This record gives sequence, structure tokens and C-alpha cells, in this order.
Amino acid sequence: MIRKMGTRKKRRMAVLLACGLGLGSATVLTLSAFRDTLVFFVAPSDMASKAPGPGRVFRLGGLVESGSLRRGMEDSRPDARFRITDGAATVEVTYVGILPDLFREGQGVVTLGTLERDGVFHAREVLAKHDETYMPKDVADALRKSGRWNPASGPPPQAALWNTLGAAKP
Amino acid sequence: MRRRLLLLAPLGAAALAGAGFLAMLRRMRTGRFDPRGVPTMLLGKPVPIFALPGFALPGFASAGFASVDLAGADLAGGRPILLNFFASWCAPCVAENPRLMALHEAGIPLWGIAYKDRPDATAAFLGRHGNPFTRIGRDDAGLTAIDFGVTGVPETFLIDASGVVRWHLSGPLTQEAADEAASMLRQYA
Amino acid sequence: MSPELGHFALALAVAFAFAQAILPLWGAWRRDARLMQAAPAIAIGQLVALGTAYAALVWAAVTDDFSVLNVAENSHTLKPLIYKISGSWGNHEGSILLWCLILAMCGGAVAVFGRALPASLRARVIGVLGLSACGFELFALLESNPFARLWPAPVDGRDMNPLLQDPGLAFHPPLLYVGYVGFAIPFAFAIAALLEGRVDAAWGRWVRPWTLAAWCCLTGGIALGSWWSYYELGWGGFWFWDPVENASLLPWLTGTALLHSAIVVEKREALKVWTILLAIGTFSLSLSGTFLVRSGILNSVHSFASDPSRGVFILGLLALVIGGSLLLFALRASLLSSSGLFAPVSREGALVLNNILLCSIAAVVMTGTIYPLFADLLFGAKISVGPPFFNATVLPLAVPVFIAMSLGPALSWKRADLGAAVLRLWWVAVAAVAAGLFALIGMQALPALAFGAAVWIILGAIGEVVERIRLFRVPVAASAARFAGLPRGSFGTTLAHAGMGVTIAGIAGMSLAQESITLTKPGEGVPLAGYVFTLVDLHDAPGPNYASRVADLRVTRDGAPVALLSPSRRTFPVQKMTTTEAAIHTTGFSDLYAVLGDERDGAAVLRLHYNPLAPWIWFGALIMAAGGGISLADRRLRVGAPMRARASAAAKA
Repeated sequence: MIRKMGTRKKRRMAVLLACGLGLGSATVLTLSAFRDTLVFFVAPSDMASKAPGPGRVFRLGGLVESGSLRRGMEDSRPDARFRITDGAATVEVTYVGILPDLFREGQGVVTLGTLERDGVFHAREVLAKHDETYMPKDVADALRKSGRWNPASGPPPQAALWNTLGAAKP
Repeated sequence: MRRRLLLLAPLGAAALAGAGFLAMLRRMRTGRFDPRGVPTMLLGKPVPIFALPGFALPGFASAGFASVDLAGADLAGGRPILLNFFASWCAPCVAENPRLMALHEAGIPLWGIAYKDRPDATAAFLGRHGNPFTRIGRDDAGLTAIDFGVTGVPETFLIDASGVVRWHLSGPLTQEAADEAASMLRQYA
Repeated sequence: MSPELGHFALALAVAFAFAQAILPLWGAWRRDARLMQAAPAIAIGQLVALGTAYAALVWAAVTDDFSVLNVAENSHTLKPLIYKISGSWGNHEGSILLWCLILAMCGGAVAVFGRALPASLRARVIGVLGLSACGFELFALLESNPFARLWPAPVDGRDMNPLLQDPGLAFHPPLLYVGYVGFAIPFAFAIAALLEGRVDAAWGRWVRPWTLAAWCCLTGGIALGSWWSYYELGWGGFWFWDPVENASLLPWLTGTALLHSAIVVEKREALKVWTILLAIGTFSLSLSGTFLVRSGILNSVHSFASDPSRGVFILGLLALVIGGSLLLFALRASLLSSSGLFAPVSREGALVLNNILLCSIAAVVMTGTIYPLFADLLFGAKISVGPPFFNATVLPLAVPVFIAMSLGPALSWKRADLGAAVLRLWWVAVAAVAAGLFALIGMQALPALAFGAAVWIILGAIGEVVERIRLFRVPVAASAARFAGLPRGSFGTTLAHAGMGVTIAGIAGMSLAQESITLTKPGEGVPLAGYVFTLVDLHDAPGPNYASRVADLRVTRDGAPVALLSPSRRTFPVQKMTTTEAAIHTTGFSDLYAVLGDERDGAAVLRLHYNPLAPWIWFGALIMAAGGGISLADRRLRVGAPMRARASAAAKA
């Protein structure tokens, strides 16, 4: 039988050891996962210098080049091909699936996927950024505060008609 | 003593996180931090080469608006300017207009590029809300916007005296962002 | 008139909140019995005032009073009644008011059910709740007034975000908020304990039911939110490690840890400082999650309109609540000394392990959620952290939790024999390994491991009951008698653990889901997982406040009809938004899931999923919440239970 004081110390050590083990393994896991799974953002002009190797997922963002969208079929699956550009460079992208409702040529887009050996970016996810017609609520708030649109006059008019709309009378 | 320090650790961690979040919030208001934004690749780089047809406002000629063509080379004109991409069909552009007007009245050089817009619609837009720009280029095809990496209108760039992009904001200009832009302009003057 | 009444009631509630914060705390400090006794009445008064305010807001929404700015911006005459009601909390201002209302309900609940508490503890708990209510109600009143008027009133409103017009989402926020805000009660108990400088077994017993109630609601709220994103977003997934989802998962993880560490405080008077810290941390995480979403720092489909200036106000509020409580913790926690001793291998030891692991998981999830923000702030690096990160870090930490979930309850308090516990669970282990090996045939390793874990947890939970009633070792009648005599709390544990197992099985099943994206013309069939999806027709259909495009799909298996699926896309003219409505057919063991994409040349893009065991994910969460509910019904756990711990009960459980 160990003396009581010794037991107390020993038990405290055991708890501390368990804590250290838990936190330590969490840290190790986090760091190793950061090395393997962190998703970087890459612009088309950085592709040559910054793009991770084939098979590594990263985000590619820029504008959908006008006139570059080709919708086709690949093994009876709907397939979209388009080019993403930031002005300085252009990247060919292919995506199998349903393009988001906001996807337009000439609009900003962020894609998630891998750069394959054929030099084409294979997107798994496509997120459209801006839209010309839908007005976000914070913008609507700003308009209201600036007196350009009064909710009293009803729902906001279509974006295409904005230029014919006067400042609301104070 | 060690125990006291250990008990203070949660407070310290929370304080650090709080300070970080406060910094994020402040920078979000001045346009220097955008958690959702795509970073502009142009920061610290010269503006892309471009040449756009100028925009003449019918009936506004006397107000001193230039109708000469707008070109990238003009931007390296020896003084910093703000370059704003806008469109008459863009609701946030209407929202930011008063702040652009205030900058204009403060004597800050503002150039505009009308993005994918019809000239008559642009003229109506500027006539209705006021024209803050000293020079305007027409980017009907939206190709210059692509060169600038504009992801949507409005977007504002601060270009220093040597034609290098120093600051960028995507989305409407808030009051904080306008103040930030004005102070940056003084810095680069 | 009614909006002004609501506004007045809100102002009145703020006055009550100040009284509730100052008088009882002052009374407890001065040992003034009269002031302490005033606490419950003030708390009830605050609740009534806020209830009136909220009723006024709902009334304005239901009667289409577009002179109220909040209603004009978020409602519409054509909107169905249920969404007019749910719309009252579907926007920033209304949800803050709901938040305040729930906080007031917490105060009211302690006032009503906390009669058995010592007077000074009850006064302090109510006072701390009032103190936090002050901040939030002031915020509602000054910075986000839901009753602001608009004149002249518009003819019609702007309508609510169509994504939010859904029964699942309509009732998701209240449940989630009750979960979030419910943790204010353990928080208040922790602060009160720090003020009193004393934590004992009775404190643990009082804190536990409140924690349990909040935990049940949070579990239900998260499950409902996940279910909503499964059927409404149409991406075919149920958990995206979206920052907003993570913000709700964090308090759940630490809240689960709190639930377990409070047991140790109650039974063994150990882990006191840690439990106090967990109570503060859980509520802090609830608050910060809301803050991060509302300030626009974190963004997702769930988020409200973001406003950085609003964020600064909330951040200041959080600094006061969290900073103040952690400062108090740093100053006073050393007064609390633990007395209970236990060996590393014991029930306490298992609960400590559970706490360490759950908190490690929480730390990892938190790192993954906010690291990209700080990387952007400090280094200007644009990075994001996706599901692969969370899968790689959370899974290895979750596996030991799963193992401990079945072993822990089999260990005895103070000192236990691990070997004996394992031996008693031998049949569970055999079944789990067999299930894992069986699943390994034709599957990857990870789902097989998860199936093994699910069987281990479910059977382990059942085994615990079997062991307690000594089934097959004593006559059946004796077993039945023991079964009837089992405390409800242990049933609750069993159910909650088994529910976790069911959820894990569902997640494992979902990882085997099959998907097909095709371009299909009417009349054509698409084979998937043994089923054939035939596109019968594409047509337009009108809705109350939208127009929809519907695809009719007939699903057959070996020629026999299985289901008719009608996925659709809805266009909301007022908001100029399109939403995707997935069609789901469930058998209880699998889901057939169809989404309609865009159309070209008479053909439609279809995304079809076969999701085995998908419903189990939410079914398991329901079982977990039900387990918590049953525990709440346990007499030993009931709020206001006799102050003396029944020694025999403590030793047995």
C-alpha cells in the first residue's frame, strides 16, 4: 500500500498526463491536417507559381471569361467547361454537375477542385459571387438610409430600372 | 502562483480572441479586411494597360467633363486618384454615390469606368444622382474590368502617383471606407 | 398602437432587468432577506414584459402591419400565416428579441422551479441572469429596435428570404436559441458559486437538470438545422462543417462535457473548478457563435444581414459578459477545493477522459473555424478549411470517445477493474468486431469502423441495463422487478448513448451514398443503386408566393413501382430568388433523393442520390434528446429535489 500523499500526487499526475495526451494529440492532428488539407486560394495568374500539385484541392477564383462557357456531356453526365481569368492569366475549368443559379459569364466565381495533369482545373464545387439583379439586404439597408429608396413606396424596383429612380423626397 | 496563472489563462485567451475580432470588425468597415472577398491581385502592382473610349455627357460639357479617351497611361499622372467601376443598373452604385460626391467635393480626383452600360443610361444615372467623376471611360464589353479583376460593380481602386494600385474595395463605399480612402490618398500624395 | 405597446413593454423589461440584476445581488451581498426574496417576483415581471413585447411583434406580423419597418422588410401579405409567425424571429431584430425572451424565461424558470434552492444562491442566480439580460435587452432597445415605425407605410412588404420559408427552418431557431440561452442558467449557477466561493454536491445536483434541458434543446435544434440543410439546400449532404454549423456544435460539445463533469461534482465533489470553467465556457461559446454570425465575420446560408457596426456593440457586450466572468473565475476559483479522490481507472476517470476528449474536439473544431480569419488578419493569407480538415482531426479524437461511451458506465466509482468491465462487455465487443468485419466486405475501412463503433455503443448501452437487472442470472421475475426499479436517470443515459450510436450508424451509411448527375429527357430512365428513376414529365406549377418548375420522376425497382418523386425549382418574384426543392422518399432505412437542375433542349439536369441509413442521423438525435428528457423526469434530478443527497442512490448510480 502506497502512502496517501503519494497516491494523491500519483492520481493528479495521471489526470495531468491524460490532459496532456488529449491536448497533445489534438495539436498534432491539427497541425498535420493543416499540412494536408488546408485549402489555399489561388488566382489564375498565380497558377504557375503557387498552384499545389495534382490531386491537392485548392480554390480558384476569378471571372468567367465571356463566351467561354461550353455545356456538354461526358458519359451522359452534364458537363460545363469554361475559362476563369483575372486579366493576367486564364485557366480552363471543367465541372460536372448543376451550376449555381447565379452563374453567369463575365461574373465573379470561386471554384474548389484540383488541377490535373492535363492542365485543366477539375472543379468539385462552383460558387457564384455577385449577381446583377438580386439585391442583398445590407445594400437595401444602405439605400434606404441614404434616402435613395423608401420601403414605403413598395418593394424595390428591378435593378435594371435603378437608373430611372430618383432620390426619395425627405 | 502557478495555479493563479493557470486560472488566468482562459481570460487571456478570450481577450486575445476578442482583440482579434475587434481588429477584424474595424478593418471590415474600412475595406481592409473582407472575410469573403477575393483578394485583388493588383495590390502593389502597376495598373493594367488599357485604353477606353471616353464618355461625353450631352448637355454637361460646360461642367468641364473631359470627353477625351481614358487610358491606363493617364493614370500615372503624377498624383494619386481613385478609380471607380460603376454601372447605371447597379443598385449599390446608387447607394455609394453620395459618398463619392462628398469625396469629389473635397477635391479628390475621381475617375469612373462605366461597366457594361449604355451611354444614355449612364448619362441619365449621372444626371439623376450627380456626377462625382472628372473623367469617365466606357467599358462596354467589360474587358478592362476583367483586366482589373473586378468581380462585380461597384469596385474602387486607389492608384498612386506612379500608377501602382495601393488599395481596393469591392462593394459599395461605406463612410468608413471613404475616410480610409481619403487618408490613403493624402498618404500617397 | 400595438407596436408602441411592444416598445414600451421592452423598455419596461429593461427596467425590470436592471432591478433583477441589482437588487438580488445587493441583497445577497448584504444578506438582506427582503431584497433576496424580491428576486423571483422581478424575474416574473421581466418575463411578462418581454412576453408582451414579443406578442406585439408577432401581432404586427400576423396583421400585416407594414408601418412596422421590421414587418415591411421581412413579410408579405401573400406569405402563409405560419411563416408570418416564424418570420418574427427570422430576421436580426426579431431574433434578438426572441433571444431576450428566452433569457427572461430562464429567469422565470429559476424563480418558479428554484424554490428549494438556498435563498442566497437563488438570488444570485437570478441576479446574474438579470445582469446578462440587461445587456441584451439594451442592445435590442437601442441598436436593433424591432418596433421601429415606417411612415408612410408601404402597400406590401418585401417578403422573407425564400430559403427561410420552410417548416424545418421556421422552428429551428427557437429550439436552437432555447439550447443556446438555456446554458445561461448553468452559467449563472457558476457565477453564483464563484460569488459564494462554494461548490458542493448539492450545487452539482441543481445545475444538472438545467444543463440537461438546454442540452436536449440544443441537440434537437442542431438536428433540425442539419435536416433542413439536407432537404432544403439540395446538396445531398447533412453537415457541411459550415462556420455557422460549427458555431452551434461548439457549445454542444462543451455542453456535453459539462453534463458529464457535473455528475462528478454531484457524486464525488471533484472537478469543481473545471466544471465552473465549462459552464462559463459553454455559455461564452453560445454567445460568441451568435456574435460571429451576426457581425458578418463568419458567413453562410444561415446568416442574417451582416453589419460590422452592430458587431462592435455585440463584441463590447461579449467582452463584458465573458471577460467579466472569466476575471471573476481567475480571482475566485482558487477558493474551490476538490475533496473527492479517485483512481485513474474509475467512473470518474472515464468521465474525465470524456471531458478531455470532447474539449479537444471542440478545440480542434474551433481552430478550424477561426484560423482562416486570423490567418487573413495576421498574415493576409486567403485560406479556407474544409470538411477534409475536420474529418482528419475530429474522427481520431472521436474514436476513443466512442470506446469510452460503453466502458465508462460499466466502471464503478472511485476505483474500478478495467479487465472485469471489459469481460462483462465481451459479447458487445464480439458483436461490434463482427459488425465491423462484416461491413468491411465491399466497403472502405472508415464506414466499417463506424458501423463497428455504432454497434459497440448501442449494445453497450443496452448491456448496461442488462447488467443492472442481472438478466439471465436471476429469475426473470426478479429481473423484471429490478427493471421497474431502475431510476429514470439511468434509462436516460442508456437512451442518449444508444441514440448517439444510431446517429453514428446513419453517418456511416451516408458515407456510402451513391450519386448520379444526368441530363435526362422525359421518358428516359436513370439507373442508380438498383433503382430506376424515370423522368415522366416536366411542368410548371403555381404556388402561393412563388412559381415552380416541377419534374415528375417515377422510381421503380425490378419493375415494381417504389415512389413518385417531384423535385422542383421555385422562383420567388418578390425576392427575385430561385430555390431548389429536393424530393425525398424515405423507407426508414434509406432515402431516395432527387434534385432538379437547369434545362436544355427539352432535357433536364437531374441529380439523384441513394442515401442508405440517412434518416437514422436525425432519428438518433431525437433518441438522444428523448434520453435527456427522460433523465429530467428522474426524481433525483428534478429541480428542487431534497437538498440532502441520498447516500444509497449516490453509491448505486
